[in-house]
Amino acid sequence: MTETLLDANELVLNMGPQHPSTHGVLRVVLKLDGEKVTGTDCIIGYLHRGVEKIGENRTYAMFAPYVDRMDYLAAVSNGLGYCLAVEKLLNVTAPPRAQTVRVILAELNRIASHLFWLGTHALDIGAMTPLFYTLREREEVLKIFENYCGARITTHAFRIGGLYYEVYDGFEAQVLAFCEMFERRVDEYETMLTENRIWVDRLLGVGILTAADCLELGVTGPMIRASGVAWDLRKAQPYSGYEQYDFDIPTRTNGDTYDRYMVRIAEMRQSVRIIRQAAKNIPEGPQMAKVPKVIKPPVGEVYVSVEAPKGELGYFLVSDGTITPYRVRVRPPSFVNLQALDRMARGALIADVVAIIGTIDIVLGEVDR
Amino acid sequence: MTDLLIPLILTVIIILVYPLLSVYIVLVERKVLADFQARLGPMRVGPHGLLQPLADALKLVLKEDLIPKQADRAIFWIAPVIATFTALTAFSVLPFAPRVVVADVNVGLLFISAMGALSALGIILGGWASNSHYPLLGALRSSAQLVSYEVALSLALLAPVMAAESLSMVRIVEAQREQGVWFLFGNYGFMMVPFVIFMIASIAEIGRVPFDLPEAESELVAGFHTEFSGFRWALFMLGESANTFVVACVAVTLFLGGWLRPFANIAWLEIPLGYGVPVLLFAGIGIASIALALRLKSRPQKIGLIGLGALTTAFGLALAVPQVNVLVTPLFWFFLKTGVIIYGMIWLRGTLPRFRYDQLMDIGWKGLIPAGLVAILVNAILAAI
Repeated sequence: MTETLLDANELVLNMGPQHPSTHGVLRVVLKLDGEKVTGTDCIIGYLHRGVEKIGENRTYAMFAPYVDRMDYLAAVSNGLGYCLAVEKLLNVTAPPRAQTVRVILAELNRIASHLFWLGTHALDIGAMTPLFYTLREREEVLKIFENYCGARITTHAFRIGGLYYEVYDGFEAQVLAFCEMFERRVDEYETMLTENRIWVDRLLGVGILTAADCLELGVTGPMIRASGVAWDLRKAQPYSGYEQYDFDIPTRTNGDTYDRYMVRIAEMRQSVRIIRQAAKNIPEGPQMAKVPKVIKPPVGEVYVSVEAPKGELGYFLVSDGTITPYRVRVRPPSFVNLQALDRMARGALIADVVAIIGTIDIVLGEVDR
Repeated sequence: MTDLLIPLILTVIIILVYPLLSVYIVLVERKVLADFQARLGPMRVGPHGLLQPLADALKLVLKEDLIPKQADRAIFWIAPVIATFTALTAFSVLPFAPRVVVADVNVGLLFISAMGALSALGIILGGWASNSHYPLLGALRSSAQLVSYEVALSLALLAPVMAAESLSMVRIVEAQREQGVWFLFGNYGFMMVPFVIFMIASIAEIGRVPFDLPEAESELVAGFHTEFSGFRWALFMLGESANTFVVACVAVTLFLGGWLRPFANIAWLEIPLGYGVPVLLFAGIGIASIALALRLKSRPQKIGLIGLGALTTAFGLALAVPQVNVLVTPLFWFFLKTGVIIYGMIWLRGTLPRFRYDQLMDIGWKGLIPAGLVAILVNAILAAI
């Protein structure tokens, strides 16, 4: 493109890595015409820790706690994906009891992750109160995690082959009590936001992503479902016994920020449905499959993906028959979904950029790894 | 002599006491917000955080005085001063009670309107002088906001002026007593329309939620005062809270009868409303807080709160004395109404998200200004018949 005099009017605004609403250390260089965004440039890597490389230098079991630190808001899902991948390499399956507990914890984690997203998203739009309400409910989820495994955020709740911790007394009761309380609280959030005129005005028609865009960019999770594609790995390729549960895939058609909000809200309700079914009948039996003390999978490679709260979380492991993986590659949903930022933000206003970054629901630990 | 003395004393009180009052308004705001948000708010400094504002003020004053290298020093220096000065100057024509007014000028309302518009100059200059992107965007937003909402604001002000046939703040209150009705309910209740327009436009003009675009934290970091810290930042905050206070006072004066008690011209209500309400309110709050404080475990907190409760009770009882009552009751009603309005503003802050820039403009030009024009017309016709 040839430079014209008009280009001189462009204001380059550096947003981040320290900015209240880039959710961590994302840096976005905005090209502005007045308040209008004419282009964005995402610069990532401020939280790069070389997680994949670390994986190649640790034994399979030793690497498991590291994956919790990628998407630290959904550590349980990360751990679940990794355990499933190694189990597939070893060709073992976790016993039904372990699978059920895994589902309960993973869905609780989905709720916790969506709650954190909802609070911070609302804060980005300027409503400060929902954050405190969502954190209050997230706290209840974290208490369940703490009771179960002693940790609240980076839980390392699962082991390769099943569970390490026995389910504590009163686990089912606490989980069901949470479900009971939580459904009413979701209604409360909806009273505050769903029909709030300013909230609707700020979200409706902002950051539209069509189904074709989503497929082109590899966008997954609530974002693709808000664009009308009912793609959910829990249904498409069930793992950990998801096929036994009765739940719907919430979809919307417009693919704008408001629809993504509605999809996530509906997903929280669906998660409650799954948790209810699972917590009411946790099967008896062993909680660990027969896994050797030293994990030495046969030579081979495997790709396993799970539906993390933010989208498809995939693990690609290559084994060379030794105690450490030859190659670890993670397909993080946040990183892939972030690619859509430029397409959504072009032509929007600064305030919309903030809403759009919020609606992607990124966690920089996962983007940068 | 007394003509000069009262304004002089008042000026000194405003300059000395208002900063203190202002930091306590901030504390109230934090506490009320905390209540909305299922948390406690400041609790550490003093009993229930009562000394928190003083600690905050001290911290700000002691901070290093920082001026960015690239900034325009002179303008950077003067911008917070303008913001505070204009806000505090507007106090000079506010009638807090009969005769408790610094200057009863015959164009009081015009003066307040002018000062309100000028206070945006401080914001614009501050954003410009910082020589940085975020403050600049904040300043641009602020000036656009001011221009759009100043018109609607002035249109809304015209209705009570027409009813009182004066621009003097004191005269407007007097007129409400003579006509026997607060202007909010004047013209068969139609004055509520200009009142609502006034509230929306002035919240937009002072940049509070949901119109806090000039300092939208999640978008512009801290907007126009991103580069300001320490005492300069404190001055901006002081100006902002003073603006909030002035807006509430103006709303009370123009629409809610200023210092008048409800039904000011019905004589037999003097005992229940003039004496009963203030005495019971203060004494009740005092006794209730003593009762609650007795349950506290921490000894210094207990003593402090019981002392405060006793003072409040004593004040409430003193109000039963007619000589004191005559002096204090107008102030009581004035500040009670102001408090209600400020509480409403805090409530909005706890509830609403922020508008977007273009939506803000739409509301100003397509909503408020036409509504303001129609309201003037209707009010003029209603006032004539």
